[in-house]
Amino acid sequence: MYTRSLCGFAVTFALALSAMVASAQSPNLGKPISPAEIAPWDINILPDGTGLPPGSGTPAEGARVYSAKCSVCHGQDGKGGTSTRLVGGEPIKNMESEKTIASFWPYATTLFDYIRRAMPWRQPRSLTNEEVYALTAYILSLNKLIGESETINALTLPKVRMPNRDGFIVRFPDRTP
Amino acid sequence: MPTTPSDRAKRKLKNLEAVAANGLLHRRLFLRGGAALMTGYTLVPSAAGQQLTDDAWSLAPGVTVPDYGTRSRFENNVVRTLSNPKGEPRTQHARTPHHLLNGTFTPNSLHFVISHAGDPDIDPDKHRLLIHGLVKQPLVFTLGVLARYPMVSRMAFVECGGNSAPLFSSEPIQASVQALHGLVSSAEWTGVPLSTLLDEAGVDAKARWIIAEGADPPHLSRSVPLTKAMDDAMIALYQNGERVMPGNGYPMRLLLPGWEGNMNIKWVRRIQLTEKPGMTFYEARTYAPILPGGKAYRFYFIQEVKSFITHPSPGLAMQGPGFYEISGIAYSGSGRIAKVMVSADGGKSWAQAALEQPVLSMAFTRFRVPWRWDGSPAVLQSRAWDEAGNEQPTRAQLVAARGETTRVPPVNAFPSQHYNAITSWSVERSGEVKHVYA
Ligand code: HEC
Repeated sequence: MYTRSLCGFAVTFALALSAMVASAQSPNLGKPISPAEIAPWDINILPDGTGLPPGSGTPAEGARVYSAKCSVCHGQDGKGGTSTRLVGGEPIKNMESEKTIASFWPYATTLFDYIRRAMPWRQPRSLTNEEVYALTAYILSLNKLIGESETINALTLPKVRMPNRDGFIVRFPDRTP
Repeated sequence: MPTTPSDRAKRKLKNLEAVAANGLLHRRLFLRGGAALMTGYTLVPSAAGQQLTDDAWSLAPGVTVPDYGTRSRFENNVVRTLSNPKGEPRTQHARTPHHLLNGTFTPNSLHFVISHAGDPDIDPDKHRLLIHGLVKQPLVFTLGVLARYPMVSRMAFVECGGNSAPLFSSEPIQASVQALHGLVSSAEWTGVPLSTLLDEAGVDAKARWIIAEGADPPHLSRSVPLTKAMDDAMIALYQNGERVMPGNGYPMRLLLPGWEGNMNIKWVRRIQLTEKPGMTFYEARTYAPILPGGKAYRFYFIQEVKSFITHPSPGLAMQGPGFYEISGIAYSGSGRIAKVMVSADGGKSWAQAALEQPVLSMAFTRFRVPWRWDGSPAVLQSRAWDEAGNEQPTRAQLVAARGETTRVPPVNAFPSQHYNAITSWSVERSGEVKHVYA
């Protein structure tokens, strides 16, 4: 809207650099590491499902984990408590609209990624992959985005279509690959 | 009768040409030798109370020099304001008191901080930076190893995408510049160019993005185009010469000059190269401002050209008519500040402000204008332009494109993000300074 970009050169610059291997200018002191050693940190999930681990979960399993580990802050059945509600929401109209999972989040994979990296708030990274799948299934089913007996796994999660998936405009297309 | 220096000063000041309405004077007035006239807030010669004496602190040895210095106890009121001082389970914001600072960089202890689950207490010897994904060889770097790399230093502002959000309110919220604009700060950052490290790992030709992640409890993660990562991104180890502060990412943070604060991942521990963005919580949901009609912006990377006046501003009352310096901060995520104009009549007439040198790209630029306030109501505004030709919008222009609230939100709420339009201060006859829309 108000910004013109100064950085047309950046693309060429990056491509030129990426064509090179180990820079002559680098002291090359980084230590090689194997995939097995990386695995505990390798937690990024992409919208196409890249990164999703083996395992699965159902809404019923998720409900049990939820009452034990989440409801204290997010309320019974995700209705909200000291922290945000995880269920419901009206269609987005303007800046005063509440951004809920059902009304705003474009990808279901973000739910798995975020719960696994950040929740429960006081014990992040304490959930097993099975529990994260189950919680994801439970929250999606509370929001009627999947059926009550559907199973969520690496194949089904990326296929869940979120209502607001196409509700976005890229702000700086010339800076966005 | 012989004329005294003070008589001459008075005459000289009377003759000074205002360059815009309501007493704005030429920006080079100080440089032309006027400075001596302007040091006080009043020209009325004081009659009494000027007898000079030695005070107690001049008459006995002072305190022992401490090993780590702190400011004078008389400055203890210069503090950040905290949104969540008890560390309850929600985000904490600490805002910079711009109205009590001057110059172009923010002292480390007053740099703004946003922490989503508190500041982690990281042992630097155990911290690791991993680079993996679409690279020829995944690599791990320790702080000790990074300290041996060729480093660069640069000034850069960091600004939360939600800074200035109270100005989306339909009615002006009465609050200080700290409450309204305190989520931006500027520092000199020193560290290793990220391109050096990516290059060492060997970037795969398919890579288009990096996903950076912190070692904080929420493992905050953001996707950044590879072009930015290769262009001017830095793994910053030092902040204003000392190690990065715990709240700002100790022992290392990603610095993306000019880009949305939340993307400048603090406590950075991992960078994965990918073909596609992660659509993480903060880019898919939080930093996606909703537009009128219901669509939302995604990937609002750049902090656009902005300025605001810090002196005077709400909370800094005027001390009667006379001379003042209007000064403030301007910055742009698209390069250097080219020009700042200041108005004292709500935008009808404008005077060009002096820019403190050097003017650096994507850093704070301090602007200054001498002002003769005649005691009548005035509305102060500043407006900045950057070298890419971007103009800071008026509030009306921004609201036309982005909307505003229908109800007045609490001052620390974030109705939307990326507000970069003009701020207006009304100077009342009483000397009080108020936030207004003009
Ligand atoms: C101690 C309180 C607490 C507990 C327990 C907790 N959360 Fe949270 N949760 C939060 C807070 C606070 C946020 C907002 C974090 C932020 O924005 O930085 C949040 C945000 C979320 C969000 C994002 C919601 C949105 O729409 O923005 C999800 C999803 C979530 N939590 C899921 C869970 C799940 C699942 C559990 C149980 C495993 C859980 N939380 C347990 C405090 C908690």
